[in-house]
Amino acid sequence: MALQAIAFYVMATVTVFAALAVVLAKNPVHSVLFLITAFFSAAGLFVLLGAEFLAMLLVVVYVGAVAVLFLFVVMMLDVDFVALRQGFARYLPIGGVIAGILTIEMIVVATMVATKGAASRVSGPQASLPDVTNAETIGRVLYTDYVYFFQAAGLVLLVAMIGAIVLTLRHKPGVRRQNVSAQTARNPKSGMRMVDIQPGAGEGE
Amino acid sequence: MPATDFWATGLGWFTLSVLQILAVTVWILLSLAFLLLADRKIWAGVQMRKGPNVVGPFGLLQSFADFLKFLLKEIVIPAGADKTVFLLAPLLTFVLAFAAWAVVPLAPGWVIADVNVAVLYIFAISSLGVYGIIMGGWASNSKYPFLGGLRSAAQMVSYEVSIGFVIITVILLAGTMNLQQIIELQAGGFWNWNFLGGGLKNLPIMAVMLVMTVIFFISALAETNRPPFDLPEAESELVAGYQVEYSSTPYLLFMIGEYANIVLMCALITILFFGGWQAPFPTPWLADWPATAASFFGFFWFFLKTIFFFFMFAMVKAIVPRYRYDQLMRLGWKIFLPTSLVAVALVAGWRVYSRGAGL
Repeated sequence: MALQAIAFYVMATVTVFAALAVVLAKNPVHSVLFLITAFFSAAGLFVLLGAEFLAMLLVVVYVGAVAVLFLFVVMMLDVDFVALRQGFARYLPIGGVIAGILTIEMIVVATMVATKGAASRVSGPQASLPDVTNAETIGRVLYTDYVYFFQAAGLVLLVAMIGAIVLTLRHKPGVRRQNVSAQTARNPKSGMRMVDIQPGAGEGE
Repeated sequence: MPATDFWATGLGWFTLSVLQILAVTVWILLSLAFLLLADRKIWAGVQMRKGPNVVGPFGLLQSFADFLKFLLKEIVIPAGADKTVFLLAPLLTFVLAFAAWAVVPLAPGWVIADVNVAVLYIFAISSLGVYGIIMGGWASNSKYPFLGGLRSAAQMVSYEVSIGFVIITVILLAGTMNLQQIIELQAGGFWNWNFLGGGLKNLPIMAVMLVMTVIFFISALAETNRPPFDLPEAESELVAGYQVEYSSTPYLLFMIGEYANIVLMCALITILFFGGWQAPFPTPWLADWPATAASFFGFFWFFLKTIFFFFMFAMVKAIVPRYRYDQLMRLGWKIFLPTSLVAVALVAGWRVYSRGAGL
């Protein structure tokens, strides 16, 4: 269908140019904004592939949560743009090597998929049954064939989360914290003290 | 070419979609004009004032006068501002606020895009809404807007978590992420609505879903930066937060986007917990009605419920004092998150148990 083709080319172009702009933008905040654009149009491409569940997850997780934190951190940094540019030539060779490896890998994967078909060795349930939704298909595979891997991934995330909390949590002595239950349990009897003050005599703690 | 064939072609589908989008957008904008007035009137009523009452009868045309005023003022862009991002931010807020409406079913069959992941779509779009605010705050190149933007980012990310878990409980109950199907499952009277656990067969889960409804309502207030959680624009601390440097049409876009989000949240509460376009009593005679009449009947209930929740939002704004920022974070992370997490486990457990018990 022509509309789908138009949508594909528009979103693919936006993805590629946004991804380029992430690297080329001078201002790091602009870089993050372009990264978000790239994520978002990639989600659009997922929708075109019929993987709407994956597309929504991409937007919710990466755009809605991860990139917000990126933006948060980058905005707080006082980045010296000139100093950032200086190392460009020095890091060019190693960056070029990594880019080359990635390109070769992608070409290999693409040719393998083209010749053998995607995931040829996995005998999972086939997607695109007409009355089974995306989410259901993924759920079935995730909680049957790959349930242990899934749980292991969850554990890894849990460990990372606890690690982050342990690293940043510190109890300063002498900080007065709000105790909400103590506050709400306070009544006139416990919050007030009747004192009989004699004339001329002070009353202190 | 006959008319029916034209709508089946690509061009016809395109035209039809554009017309539907226009119809929904215009309807929401018109409703917003009066809801904005209603908001101010309710607020005034609580404080024993009269509210806007000069333009038109009862001040009904006040929003249109404000609209004209916003359009005709000069757009001031601060000298140190990042011009592109500065102007992009309100546009983004505005566009996203309306994009989410694409999957909201207004009445039986009245929905622009009937997608299977509608709940996730709305969740995704509303989680994008934070960008408009952060970008606006950062691009203003000024202290108060920046602080407002940072506050907003932290606040919206925090409350999204609890909103997500609450939505999961509803999805578990309904077994689908399609909003139309979620509404259809709540047919046959208010006792089948999800805020009571979705029918008598789920009676034990009623206690959980009532709490979830309240948590969703409060999280929706925080997610839309409404009082008592309007810390990103707290005038006593941050002047107007991320909106300080905005004027004229960009400010108008921010404001319309914010209100469209509020009404969207009201609609979402209606759909997820209060039966969407279902009447609160059994309507077996509706099957004999012509489809259009039945749709209008459904639309009436949907509209009524959404307005009711908007009224609740306005009342909260008028009555409740603003939270302190650490209290807001405490509420989100230490109370709502654990509660909704336990609720997800409870509802999931009940679903497995009730299926096993043949209920």
